[in-house]
Amino acid sequence: MIPGVLIEGVMTPQVRGLADIAPLAPELLVVLGAFALLMLDLFMDERRRIVTHVGAIVVLLVAACMVAAGTGGQGSVMHDMFVRDGIADVLKISLLVVSAVALGFAWTFMRERGLYKGELPVLVLFAAVGMMLLVSAGNLTMVYVGLELLALASYALVAIDRDNPLSSEAAMKYFVLGSLASGLLLYGMSLLYGATHSLDLATIHAAAGSLAGDDRMLMLTGTVFVVAGIAFKFGAAPFHMWLPDAYHGAPTPITLFIGSAPKLAAFGMTYRLLESGLAPAGDQWHLLLAGLAALSLAIGNIVAIAQTNLKRMLAYSTVSHVGFIFLGFAGGGAEGYAAAMFYAISYAIMSTAAFGAIVMLSRNGFEADRIDDFKGLNARSPWMAGMVLCIMASLAGVPPFLGFWAKLAVLRAAIEGDMLWLAIVGIVFAVIGAFYYLRVMKVMYFDEPAGEPIQVRPGRPLRVVFSINAVALLVLGFAWSPLMSWCQRAFGV
Amino acid sequence: MSNWPLLSLLIWLPIVGGGLVLALGNQRASAARWLSLLIALAVFVLSIPLFTGFDLANPGLQFLERREWIPAYDIQYHLGADGISVALIILTTITTILVLIGAWGSVAKRVSQYFATMLILEGVMIGVFCAVDAILFYAFFEGMLIPMFIIIGVWGGPRRVYAAMKFFLYTFLGSVFMLVGLIYMYMKGGSWQIPDLVQLSLTATEQAWLFFAFFIAFAVKVPMFPVHTWLPDAHVEAPTGGSVVLAAIMLKIGGYGFLRFSLPIVPDASHEFAWLMIALSLVAIVYVGLVALMQDDMKKLVAYSSIAHMGFVTLGTFIALSLVRDVQNLDTARLGLQGAMVQMVSHGFISGAMFSCIGVLYDRMHTRRIADYGGVANVMPWFAAFWIFFSMANSGLPGTSGFVGEFMVILASFQHHPLIAFAAATTLMTGAGYSLWLAKRVIWGDVGNAHVAELKDINSREWIVLGVFAAGVLLIGIWPKPLTDLMEPSIAQLAAQLAASKL
Repeated sequence: MIPGVLIEGVMTPQVRGLADIAPLAPELLVVLGAFALLMLDLFMDERRRIVTHVGAIVVLLVAACMVAAGTGGQGSVMHDMFVRDGIADVLKISLLVVSAVALGFAWTFMRERGLYKGELPVLVLFAAVGMMLLVSAGNLTMVYVGLELLALASYALVAIDRDNPLSSEAAMKYFVLGSLASGLLLYGMSLLYGATHSLDLATIHAAAGSLAGDDRMLMLTGTVFVVAGIAFKFGAAPFHMWLPDAYHGAPTPITLFIGSAPKLAAFGMTYRLLESGLAPAGDQWHLLLAGLAALSLAIGNIVAIAQTNLKRMLAYSTVSHVGFIFLGFAGGGAEGYAAAMFYAISYAIMSTAAFGAIVMLSRNGFEADRIDDFKGLNARSPWMAGMVLCIMASLAGVPPFLGFWAKLAVLRAAIEGDMLWLAIVGIVFAVIGAFYYLRVMKVMYFDEPAGEPIQVRPGRPLRVVFSINAVALLVLGFAWSPLMSWCQRAFGV
Repeated sequence: MSNWPLLSLLIWLPIVGGGLVLALGNQRASAARWLSLLIALAVFVLSIPLFTGFDLANPGLQFLERREWIPAYDIQYHLGADGISVALIILTTITTILVLIGAWGSVAKRVSQYFATMLILEGVMIGVFCAVDAILFYAFFEGMLIPMFIIIGVWGGPRRVYAAMKFFLYTFLGSVFMLVGLIYMYMKGGSWQIPDLVQLSLTATEQAWLFFAFFIAFAVKVPMFPVHTWLPDAHVEAPTGGSVVLAAIMLKIGGYGFLRFSLPIVPDASHEFAWLMIALSLVAIVYVGLVALMQDDMKKLVAYSSIAHMGFVTLGTFIALSLVRDVQNLDTARLGLQGAMVQMVSHGFISGAMFSCIGVLYDRMHTRRIADYGGVANVMPWFAAFWIFFSMANSGLPGTSGFVGEFMVILASFQHHPLIAFAAATTLMTGAGYSLWLAKRVIWGDVGNAHVAELKDINSREWIVLGVFAAGVLLIGIWPKPLTDLMEPSIAQLAAQLAASKL
């Protein structure tokens, strides 16, 4: 039942044939692919698992191509539940490609440890569908459905190493806090529904502007809950508590996945809820996001300094990067959202590369996830050390790497949105944050190798994917113009 | 030749070449050395047409290259050089060759990485001197940090990690405020090009904020008192080549920034705070000069003397501003600016030479403590001759380049207030004090100990390095005209810009 439609009193069925849901084609492909692979996996012998694994990657990439080629066309279908526009397309292409790369990193790592289960690629596909629905949501119900599909798949993925207490603990925390966040979000949505009598984001947008008195109060309270829910899902301080544990406990390729693509989906969700739905309350939530941004920048960067585990350090660095994404949001306007989207995509590329480096260096029984494990890497493998140098410099925001231009874009958005103070908070903490990235460079280059010799894992395809990923940070640093215009076009700048 | 994109070649040849050297791997040390030297020589040869082909009648930017880079953000790949840039670019290309030759035998660890990093650094520094787009400038300005961080941290002394971190974070913190300032001006004027920013009208308050944004960035780089504390650490811990590049070129980027950004873009605020800048410069000259006297580490001594000498650069720059505005004396203002520029180039040669000399001794003795030496002249006569010559230049002896710049700045200061000139002139005493006292303790006297007695005089490779530095010092000291002619039109234009208020 779709209450929004009931209230409008229009009950003409919109879906009569497949042609009416054509814009959903890429999602349908991924869903069908997931089911097909699940069935295929049943009859697959352990040695042939690679077939389903590669199959899943192919499904993701084909879906990305379909989105890019515009198969099915843009438009709103199913009573505006599902909106496919330029913004959704950009986000979908990015998140599908990033998910495919994440799957690529998972194979050897999970196989070696006996963690590879047939469900892994299927769960990733379901998570991808969830993300795709989320960024295309035109209705609060769809936001929630997409979010939960993503979340449930993610919980299961984190728990995949079920005999490892650290992993189980991480999954438990992730699940409990994630459910809490869903609850907050759902409560906020119910308040919005109470105030505007609609679940349709466009209707909420239209109604919210003319609310007054108690209804307006209700709407604003709902907005606060929605923002809190978003902050939880993004991992923005002070709602970031689950993030370090989940990142640390999950097997590294899973961390890579949950740390990259879902950030793009979270961006889409934020945009849909706050801009498509609650733009009339913009004055209020801009300030909320600005506060969250400042807190995330401060807490993320300062706490990261104290970490000795690289995965935890990257988790706190995620918190600070979320702060930067919010900087663009807080700046507001099409230019600001384009900047935030550019930042989210850049961050997804950087974080796959960063966690990818840990995957590359680990082997069974040696996780390579302590910062000290990188000691003297330059002496063992200058190429690998050079790649990690690019990644760390990019995360720190040193030109000419991609991370710098992303920071430039969001700083510009913040200054344009009259939030000079926030821009200054951002750069001050960027400098503080530079310290812990430098420390990784320091152990690689300045220290001599100690203890067990660290090795770059074999596997040519993986090495090629990783190298492309890391070098992209430098190449895109010189040629970020197409990526930026792509984001700007989506927002019609 | 005139149609070649000379500036692009000068930037990218060493950077791409550095990549090639890196690809050779650390095992092929000899090939890496020769290839690097070849690239550095090629870059130097390419920088000669900048000097010969420079149109002295044209005060503006020459050798222009302008292309769209990021249309969405109006960022352009815009390069150009005026007399000031050309002088500094040639200083960079010469110094890099000498640094590479100097490192020939003394760097034994990860050879190709060292040479490659130096080449990449060279390209980035040349980029700083010829970027016309402010964001391009900023990218080069920050891009220097990682190569230098690696050079200090990998090939440096015992406390290299501390020094490298301090160097990076200090300069990074300094420059980010400039970025905010640049974005602010872009929002206001819609352009990143420096000539457009010079035209941009700004209120007094805006100018004051922007002035301090630039001030932090460039004062850290110069470095000015009281943000100079990273320099002694970085210098002491850096390998010889790192110290030479740091002193000879990187510090100049701070002075260049003041001339290129602070003065023309926020002239009124610069004028308002000129007293502060002059005061800080005098503190650097007088107080840091005295600090240099007290050092027992040779490198630290030269590092502090660098800070004192760079004080003349900032003094000359901001004295000129006061002269233009308060006394309406444009000619003397030009003298001050010329003095600052000559001092930059001259200090590049002298400090590079001093650090190379210390490197020569360090390679043989592995200590920088002054007390470990004594009577080096008895065993290394050629080396002693060079050392004494550079010490004289460092203390500003007439006939050396050290005299020219300092004298011009002191003359200009006198027009403003005799007391300023007097304070600045004390450097002639303190400079002679620390330079000659150092020479006395290291070079003269009886052979200090058995290790000194075993020292061998400089080889032909070291002869080349010190000889070229000496030739540069002498040439500018005796015949500075080509250098001043090169910079005069640009400086005259800058002085004229200073006279016009933006308010």
